[in-house]
Amino acid sequence: MITARALLLRRHSVLPGFDLALGFAVLYLCFIVLIPLSAVFLKTFSGSLDTFWATVSSPRVVASYKLTFGASLVAALINAVFGLLVAWVLVRYPFPGKRIIDALVDLPFALPTAVAGIALTALYAQNGWIGRFLPFKVSFTPVGVFVALTFIGLPFVVRTVQPVLEDLHKELEEAAATLGASRLQTFGLVILPALAPALLTGFALAFARALGEYGSVIFIAGNMPMISEITPLLIISKLEQYDYTGATAIAVVMLVTAFVLLLAINLLQAWTRRRQGR
Amino acid sequence: MSAIPSDIVRPGEEAGAPVAAVRPLAPPRLANAVSEPPWVRRLLITVALAFLTLFLFVPLISVFVQAFAKGVGVYWAALSDPDAVSALKMTLLAASISVPLNLVFGVAAAWAIAKFDFRGKDLLLTLIDLPFSVSPVIAGLIYVLIFGLQGWFGEWLRDHDIKIIFAVPGIVLATVFVTFPFVARELIPLMQAQGQDQEEAARVLGASGWQILWRVTLPNVKWALLYGVILCNARAMGEFGAVSVVSGHIRGQTNTLPLHIEILYNEYQFAAAFGVASLLAGLALVTLVLKYLVERRVKASAAAGDHE
Repeated sequence: MITARALLLRRHSVLPGFDLALGFAVLYLCFIVLIPLSAVFLKTFSGSLDTFWATVSSPRVVASYKLTFGASLVAALINAVFGLLVAWVLVRYPFPGKRIIDALVDLPFALPTAVAGIALTALYAQNGWIGRFLPFKVSFTPVGVFVALTFIGLPFVVRTVQPVLEDLHKELEEAAATLGASRLQTFGLVILPALAPALLTGFALAFARALGEYGSVIFIAGNMPMISEITPLLIISKLEQYDYTGATAIAVVMLVTAFVLLLAINLLQAWTRRRQGR
Repeated sequence: MSAIPSDIVRPGEEAGAPVAAVRPLAPPRLANAVSEPPWVRRLLITVALAFLTLFLFVPLISVFVQAFAKGVGVYWAALSDPDAVSALKMTLLAASISVPLNLVFGVAAAWAIAKFDFRGKDLLLTLIDLPFSVSPVIAGLIYVLIFGLQGWFGEWLRDHDIKIIFAVPGIVLATVFVTFPFVARELIPLMQAQGQDQEEAARVLGASGWQILWRVTLPNVKWALLYGVILCNARAMGEFGAVSVVSGHIRGQTNTLPLHIEILYNEYQFAAAFGVASLLAGLALVTLVLKYLVERRVKASAAAGDHE
């Protein structure tokens, strides 16, 4: 009998259980992830290209791409700047309550998105704790989308930059200082380049997460067509009208974007590992 | 190496000057050269904390404040409402099915990937992470395309009176999908780092595969395993988008806690919505505490492993 062991194994191993473990893992992966995901593409290919194109390029859908991409990009950029700052402060400076704050950075991962959504909406509403001090409307506008996406993307940059910063050799900075570099020069020319791959990875992860986010955004966005409707919401509204073809077409656009980003992130992470392993 | 330190001329020390004449050393200038002036430190700490306060701490605190805004009576009424109780049960049910399933998958995948060298390993690793890059809404949509009325098995399921979409199985499937990678991705790097020496030794001494798994491998990774389960559970209980697509929002039947919050919020029952939300926020805080404790154990056991 031909087994996976004989077929796939590159190196002989005395350990048992390869066939069973790999077989179960692959089967489970197929049934839960791969076959269901392929349904999206099969459904699209079974329809006509014209319908597909008409759906994904209709003005309302295009407006939603612009909002989703724009708000995700700005949120990821803000998170790159402040995430770097937070990671820096957590790694380099002692201050009271540091451990608690370090642990709380992961809150957006742990807090259900619906809870984050209603909390942010209430805070940034015009009579909310924060909204009342702002001269412009946040809740129920595109700015609200940006606020929600900043919240959910916050831990990514901190958590990718932090370990690299911890492993950074102090000797490099000392050498730069001995050679006459100012602190700012050392940061810009020595530290920042070393952090760049991790920073970019964190940025890409936050951006990718923001593109697909739904729960926290729909409460604060107000969901006005052409103005504050995100792309995932359009999939839901098509589904509610039983327009499965339309919903699937938009899903394909989102999936392809997500896969391209995933590829970019994998390459970035390989780059980070190479830089660190040096 | 030993010759180098004596060659260094520190500030305030003349080369060749008698040692006794050296003044007590001022803190070496290098220490300052690799840090920032105190005012810069304070400024950076202040800005970082202000950012975290605005985007993290205030939203978290506001959930609890709003939950009790109309008093403990309203809070308690929101939690003991039959719809809230049934939503809680549904959330617990979905988590109690999806977490063990993904746990078994995580162990199996990690065993194959970490202990063996086979073709297609990198592809498998990428595919395991795939659900993280899929929007939750699409995670729900894919099951509607398969099991929904217009889907692949829609007619067959209807003829046999089996409900998957807008019923419990759909909610469980969507939850399994979004929490798929959590356990696997915590176990794989650790088990790869640990190698297979101990397992091979056990094998040579005559242990069976299951004995190796239970007595050697799992004890070695127990903290990482727990860590993965905690994260998996938090996401399973809090998932909103994917579950929203497949649940059908039938009150008292197919509502989970996050969906119940949405309904209450849309009905302008803000205090009740925040009351239920405070339950999930409490769960998130418990998750963070457990995560913090387990993370310390993982680091400690990894450090101990290094010294062995």
